Amino acid sequence: MGEQQDPSPNGIYSKPVSLNIEFSGGLEMLFSNQRSHHIQMPAKGPSKQPVNIGFLVRHLCENLMKDKRKDLFVLEDRIRPGILVLINDADWELEGEEEYLIQDGDTILFVSTLHGG
Amino acid sequence: MPPALPIPASKLCESCLSARALISRPKTHQKLCKPCFLSTFESEIHATIVSTNLFTKGSRIAIGASGGKDSTVLASVLKTLNERYDYGVEFVLLSIDEGIKGYRDDSLETVKRNAIQYGMELVIVSYEELYGWSMDSVVESIGKKGNCTYCGVFRRQALDRGAERLGIHHVVTGHNADDIAETVLMNLLRGDLPRLHRCTSIITSSTSSPIARSKPLKYAYEKEIVLYALHKKLDYFSTECIYSPEAFRGSARTLIKALEKVRPSAILDIVRSGEAFSRMIPSQAQAMSNCARCGYLTSQKLCKACTLLEGLNKNRPKTIVEVEAGIEDEEVSSSLWRGIEAIKLVEEGIAN
Repeated sequence: MGEQQDPSPNGIYSKPVSLNIEFSGGLEMLFSNQRSHHIQMPAKGPSKQPVNIGFLVRHLCENLMKDKRKDLFVLEDRIRPGILVLINDADWELEGEEEYLIQDGDTILFVSTLHGG
Repeated sequence: MPPALPIPASKLCESCLSARALISRPKTHQKLCKPCFLSTFESEIHATIVSTNLFTKGSRIAIGASGGKDSTVLASVLKTLNERYDYGVEFVLLSIDEGIKGYRDDSLETVKRNAIQYGMELVIVSYEELYGWSMDSVVESIGKKGNCTYCGVFRRQALDRGAERLGIHHVVTGHNADDIAETVLMNLLRGDLPRLHRCTSIITSSTSSPIARSKPLKYAYEKEIVLYALHKKLDYFSTECIYSPEAFRGSARTLIKALEKVRPSAILDIVRSGEAFSRMIPSQAQAMSNCARCGYLTSQKLCKACTLLEGLNKNRPKTIVEVEAGIEDEEVSSSLWRGIEAIKLVEEGIAN
């Protein structure tokens, strides 16, 4: 039931959160060849739940990623194995991975280990 | 320093018990802060080097440097350890210019910066000068399919020749645990026992080369290599080779990464399994002689590079290649050439 309901107009989304999103290790290629992106995102999902990394990843795929090769970034709706995620410098494994609840001002770095040696 | 906000116990470094943990180690699930992680990573490489007597005091050793994460981390760590533990080794950066515009020329710029950052001599050897063919011209002649074979065969000899030119008899490369796990798996899937035997050894003074090769990072996870580079803010280059496809390795790699996700120890376990197999397989000594054309050590009349060159020069691609594609496959620095092709496979899978 994780499907997005049709987003209602004003009201359901509260104040947006500001995030620094960074890509490295080759992933920047998929995001307009740009390492750093400053983005705004609703703080609450369609069913008023606070947004987590899983939500952010879908948001990035739908809104930030112009490249069509989504599967270089996500596989089966999850971050592709071999891509590390750092939440404010910390390994996302220490923060609950997809379940981590996004905070305003967070810096989230996606770095591919799959390229170049 | 002003007292920091209290860190919840669950987020503390399990080594120093004072700083916030930033890294979860794949080998052990141990949570470490940045300084503890960096020093643990370095100590483990040091332990590998010492326990295998990898270096001799007073020797000159070449670091095969591509500008990518693995060789950049290798150069940085070796510089640190050489100073910290007084190895008394002189390290030189040895880079190969395959002649791939828009790829190698950019990464060579990274290596040039690394040479200054680490105070190491840098030598660049090009395919063009050694063979009269750049990879761009090879691909122009034979197309993209199978070009990795040429590149791999040429690279192995180029590293040897570069080292020889420097009077160096030992080249270290940045192959990591993930690379070796991939290669073990590939050799297992091909039923290739001789190569399975060779691929796990930390040092190969192979019969086909007068120059020893070693892999000081063979027990280091790719994840930790990338985290080390990130946390030390190392200057490395990461773009995929524009001629990539090496589909079989790509598939092995996707499998390894998926296994790691479920059970992080899987990567080292595969490396250990490869080592165990290796002890059970008798090594096969091959009669070696010098290549009739270039003098390089070979088990055939002509060495692999000369055989490939003969085909290229006659403008008769492929035929010989299939037979000759071999040992070097595993040396095609997996990390250099893989990646995108794995994704292509997935795309095909979806398309079908």
